[in-house]
Amino acid sequence: MDPKTPASRVKVEEKLFQNRYLVDAGRPHITVRPHDTPSRALRSLVHACPAGCYAENEKGQVEITADGCMECGTCRVVTAKTGEIEWNYPRGGFGVLYKFG
Amino acid sequence: MSEERFDAIVVGAGPSGNAATYTLAQAGLKVLQLERGEYPGSKNVQGAILYANALEELIPDFRDDAPLERHIVEQRLWTMDDSSHVGMHYRSEDFNEDKPNRYTIIRAQFDKWFSSKVKEAGATVLCETTVTELVRDVRGKVIGVRTDRHGATVMADVVILAEGVNGLVGQRSGLRDIVPPDTVALAVKEMHFLPREVIESRFNIKGDEGVVIEAMGTITAGMTGTGFLYTNEESVSVGIGCIVSDFAESEVTPYGLLEAFKNHPSIKPLLEGSECKEYAAHLIPEGGYHAMPELYGDGWLVVGDAGQFVNAVHREGSNLAMTTGRIAAQTVVALHRRREPMTKANLADYRTRLDGTFVMKDLKKYRGIPGFLHRNRQVFDLYPKLFSGAMQTWFRVDGVDKRTKQKAIFNQFRGGRSMLGLVGDAVKLARAWR
Ligand SMILES: Cc1cc2nc3c(=O)[nH]c(=O)nc-3n(C[C@H](O)[C@H](O)[C@H](O)COP(=O)(O)OP(=O)(O)OC[C@H]3O[C@@H](n4cnc5c(N)ncnc54)[C@H](O)[C@@H]3O)c2cc1C
Ligand code: SF4
Repeated sequence: MDPKTPASRVKVEEKLFQNRYLVDAGRPHITVRPHDTPSRALRSLVHACPAGCYAENEKGQVEITADGCMECGTCRVVTAKTGEIEWNYPRGGFGVLYKFG
Repeated sequence: MSEERFDAIVVGAGPSGNAATYTLAQAGLKVLQLERGEYPGSKNVQGAILYANALEELIPDFRDDAPLERHIVEQRLWTMDDSSHVGMHYRSEDFNEDKPNRYTIIRAQFDKWFSSKVKEAGATVLCETTVTELVRDVRGKVIGVRTDRHGATVMADVVILAEGVNGLVGQRSGLRDIVPPDTVALAVKEMHFLPREVIESRFNIKGDEGVVIEAMGTITAGMTGTGFLYTNEESVSVGIGCIVSDFAESEVTPYGLLEAFKNHPSIKPLLEGSECKEYAAHLIPEGGYHAMPELYGDGWLVVGDAGQFVNAVHREGSNLAMTTGRIAAQTVVALHRRREPMTKANLADYRTRLDGTFVMKDLKKYRGIPGFLHRNRQVFDLYPKLFSGAMQTWFRVDGVDKRTKQKAIFNQFRGGRSMLGLVGDAVKLARAWR
């Protein structure tokens, strides 16, 4: 199987479905700063985020839906230089809850 | 809570934080441990191999009640191309000893158990609490932390930062930089459940024996990284990790890479019929010695992943975490007993103590490796293909005489990389390894 195929994108939702989350409704812990054109770094998150949280909208801007986020920090590290993301941990107790880890 | 004062505060309840808190509480210090997860372990991810000796230093009889999965009797190292693997296996009956050396564990369960020991030792453990920043006095000495519990602050003589690889508190307080994307790996992992008997027959083991496989090669699609597969009692942990900047520069999705690894003809039969119950992702700091930040300052110390204490070559992290946690706590206990203040000058003893342990010696020994691997991608792509091709030429019996085969193999290597390149790689690797 080629890891670059977009078919694998469908599978990530199925994977996340296995996980337990306590979503802090209305208080997303990660936000993308408003922008016209995303940097290469920001755009790379559409494929590099292991939870598939990032997507490009019709205007070519990058958006995030952080519900499936596993709090790994990849998006934070990748955009540290460009500063396009505001990254925080969810409030204590919220977010992903690993049973096995 | 804001009224109370502690001798020490520990941020985080992973192996480094638990080791530190346990050591402090056992010595009779009044210690508070803060953890953002619902329970210790709920945010944590590991492969996971537990190296017994680091835990033994703290809890000699941990084998009596710790949730251990299997002790490892066989280690496989695989170099893979798209359809095959060249492997080295080491298996020994000697690993079936009274006190085994390495075990597989499930981190969420292990961390919970370790935390129960920490509480028994007398520490106050507060979960569902995220530390937001360090509190300092007018001279800049750290004197406590602020949390997300209504912004409550707690005071202490010293703060031990055991907050893991993302290390937000330390970074936002200017104690260290954010880890650069080329020194940190992103690993994704799944837990696959299978009946005990199936695992035992598939991996040729009995009772609590376990097998671990570490793999490299074309499975990482040209990126710097490795895959793994570890046997637990009734499950198999399977994962793959690559340097974050490589992911960012490629088109590869982490989950696509994991799917491809699971579907590799050498891995697939080992997972056949399993049920996946969790998908996890986590970073691993792999910059080693040169990436190490400042380890102590006025009123604070850093331990575990937050201090870059990972030996990426040997995939050791939790044992370095526990050892640095223990040593940091012992430094604090010694100062506390002598009633000396937790100043930078006094806490420097932490570094001196660390220098005498395997932690610093190993990180120093391998300081050239992360750079070597980053600059020499052929290790992950070309060589696995060459090894595999050589094996295939050698083992296939097809009427071609052995001398011709030998020549063909030699030419494959020459064709893939110049003689000078081959020798150069070997020399560079040997230097980095020294
Ligand atoms: C896929 C994978 C496989 C690995 N395999 C192995 C292996 O086989 N063997 C091995 O020895 N090592 C392995 N490692 C490395 C090992 O997991 C780490 O080195 C080890 O967990 C580090 O421990 P730590 O206590 O420093 O950090 P962590 O285990 O990350 O713990 C940090 C804790 O701090 C908490 N925290 C963070 N910020 C805050 C805050 N602001 N407020 C409150 N709490 C906070 C977190 O919730 C967490 O509980 C692996 C790592 C990964 C990702
Ligand atoms: S922290 Fe990790 S899982 Fe969460 S959005 Fe960022 S990259 Fe995705």
